Amino acid sequence: MSGLELQDFAVARGPCDVLRDISLSVRGGEFVGLLGPNGAGKTTLMRGALGLMAHRGQSSLSALAPAQRARTAAWLPQAREIAWPVTVDTLIALGRLPHMGSGQRPGPADQAAIDSAIDRMGLQAFRSRIATQLSGGEQARVLITRALAQATPLLMVDEPAAGLDPAHQIGLMETLAAEARDGRTVIASMHDLGLAARFCTRLVVLWRGGIAADGPPEQVLTPDLLARVFHIRAYYAQTDHGPICQPLGVVP
Amino acid sequence: MAAALALWAGAVAAAPPERVVSINLCTDQLAMMLAAPGQLLSVSHISHDPNVSVMLDTALGYPVNHGQAEEVFRLQPDLVLAGEFTSAYTVGLLRRLGVEVAVLPVVTKLEGIPGNLRAVGALLGREAEAEAQAAKFTATLERLRRHGSTAPRAALHYANNYTSGEHSLAHEILTAAGFRNIAAEAGLAGGGTLAMERLVMLMPDLVISGQAYPGASRSEEVLRHPAMEALRDRHAAGALSDAEWICGTPAVLGAVARLVDLHDAADTP
Amino acid sequence: MTRLLLPILSLLVAGLFAASLLIGPAGLSPVDSLAALIRGDRLAETLVMREIRLPRALLAVLVGAALGLAGAAMQGYLRNPLAEPGLIGVSGSAALGAVLALQTGFAGAYLFALPLSALAGAVVAVLLILMLAGARGGSITLILAGIAVSALAGALTSLVLNLSPNPFAASEIVFWMMGSLVDRSMDHVLLAAPFIALGALVLLTQARALDALTLGEDAAASMGVHLARLRLLLVLGVASMVGAATAVAGAIGFVGLVVPHVLRPLVGARPSALLPASAIGGAALVLMADIAVRLILPERDLKLGVLTALVGAPLFLHLIYKTRAQGL
Repeated sequence: MSGLELQDFAVARGPCDVLRDISLSVRGGEFVGLLGPNGAGKTTLMRGALGLMAHRGQSSLSALAPAQRARTAAWLPQAREIAWPVTVDTLIALGRLPHMGSGQRPGPADQAAIDSAIDRMGLQAFRSRIATQLSGGEQARVLITRALAQATPLLMVDEPAAGLDPAHQIGLMETLAAEARDGRTVIASMHDLGLAARFCTRLVVLWRGGIAADGPPEQVLTPDLLARVFHIRAYYAQTDHGPICQPLGVVP
Repeated sequence: MAAALALWAGAVAAAPPERVVSINLCTDQLAMMLAAPGQLLSVSHISHDPNVSVMLDTALGYPVNHGQAEEVFRLQPDLVLAGEFTSAYTVGLLRRLGVEVAVLPVVTKLEGIPGNLRAVGALLGREAEAEAQAAKFTATLERLRRHGSTAPRAALHYANNYTSGEHSLAHEILTAAGFRNIAAEAGLAGGGTLAMERLVMLMPDLVISGQAYPGASRSEEVLRHPAMEALRDRHAAGALSDAEWICGTPAVLGAVARLVDLHDAADTP
Repeated sequence: MTRLLLPILSLLVAGLFAASLLIGPAGLSPVDSLAALIRGDRLAETLVMREIRLPRALLAVLVGAALGLAGAAMQGYLRNPLAEPGLIGVSGSAALGAVLALQTGFAGAYLFALPLSALAGAVVAVLLILMLAGARGGSITLILAGIAVSALAGALTSLVLNLSPNPFAASEIVFWMMGSLVDRSMDHVLLAAPFIALGALVLLTQARALDALTLGEDAAASMGVHLARLRLLLVLGVASMVGAATAVAGAIGFVGLVVPHVLRPLVGARPSALLPASAIGGAALVLMADIAVRLILPERDLKLGVLTALVGAPLFLHLIYKTRAQGL
């Protein structure tokens, strides 16, 4: 099972439902961009689906035992936290914890997963650097690499591109898209509609506690939806370079 | 000088005090031994503490005071007996209130005890009783005193590994019973702290331990330390330094007598 | 370096342990000392070695390991290098528990009443700190909460000792606040060892969870770390070790701060690797301090906490300065 199934999924914060009546089915090979204005519940959807917060309805992930879930889905929270001055290598190796028995040291399979993740993110030169001494963008890439090293069929990342320079944003999106092409499921919340349109195979727009749109980028990013949900108008076109979505202005 | 003597004689010749209050554990004992019936109004509350009072039964017959000037003054005493360690502030306050306060010195020599008895006797107008007690004390002490050439070695071991040396009543008690105090061997002739391992290395023939007070303290835990217990189990005799060791009164004879028994037992195997 | 660290630290502890056995006011020769310790032939020497010096050295190892490991574990959990059992009031509260047990006579009720009471005091303090400082202990709240808990525990300890009928009790406030291993016995070793061993076992099983927490609670939870169970085991493990250590040796501060701080760079800052290293390092530090108090003032009971504070307080100030600079 490499996807995510949500049925009648709802998350309450206090007396109000932040999300309700969410039914969503994501399969292997899909790169889902989770869109929505601030406070739409993107993070809540992913944390709830993982079972990190209480929810009603079914989630195929939260139904798993924590250890099993950790081998099924990797999660990269939005807060980029690195508490101790460990090396990049050590930090990325933490992604292998769910695969190791207690007291077990990283084996050849673990080392291979770590090396592969580092190669995909182009961090070879950083391996022995101290993670806390890196720039914010570099730290973000290291943390994503940790999630990749977890080598799970499902990858959920919360605003992975935030804080990266253009080259690394594009590099990251290409890496995530490649993960999806390899048959894994990738779900990423994001605000950059241009990146979402170019790299995601499917966009899910959250709005007012529910799903406002769900489908391929060209079907989702309609002027009507952009105005209704995001209060913007945008230039959208299919070009030789792929789809382009460039926000132009705010609609009142 | 002559005038002073006359004044002293005059004071002694005056009618004995009728309302006497003692505010010190040791003067309590002397007063209870010597006072005429009804003469002693109150003793210090410490005399009702079974841990330190040698005359508990007698003391329970007297009301207690806490040595505070105000409560003592309310008893309208014509004589207050205090010790050298009684708060100078209390003594001064009582004197300013017009109360006669006699401060008795702390006795650190057995020879000083008859003198102390006589002094209190004179203050209470009970010279004959005091003389009799003093004579009895001296005679008993002489009978108990042991001199032997091979004096066994004793260690005084108090809370916090403190040990007493010369110029202490405890030292006098154990030398009177024919023991040598190992404090001198340890270079602590005047007393002080003797590390437990040094005490063990000195291998005393007798360990006299300080008594344990109620409640708990780490200071007293050394008294029951396994090394000390083992020393007592395998080598040295043990004795307790209790209420009888505290005051320079005839009660010390009880302590001397018990040590003499240990001394004689050691002499005749 | 990292691979050699534990053997080197262990050798250091072994050397200091031997030194601790050979140093004392009795002035025995090393050969006599060891002969008496092993063969037990001469009564006085044997008593000194087996009943006085051996328990003292063993307790230094146990207490040091407990404080070092507990400090490293608390820091790993709160992700804050300032979290130290002594500074945040856990040791002080353990001392209060111990003093209450001793003065009420509960300590004599059954064998382990004393360490259990200290453990209970420590549990209350750890829970208070976790409640006040929050999941990720920010430095300011952590220190403020620690000051409050320490002050309250210290005041109550003083109150209990002042109310004691025992004339010596009140003067022992300094022992409970600063700690000492003078004239401890094998009884104390047997009282503390099971709790310290159990606490160490519990904390060491959480090593991997602490590693995962490097990435934050959410990431750790997503990697299968059971946060509620981790918190419970951490509270119990720390309280068990600090409680038992404090019950027999008083509150010795700064060990859990200095040792992890010095060793962290040597283990690559991994919380899991820091745990065993800090345990051994803590043993070495307390052994050193306990040897030093005997060399500096052999006839007086100089408190261990005095020495550890002299080393630890400047480091603590330095760490505050550094964390402030990082805006934590």
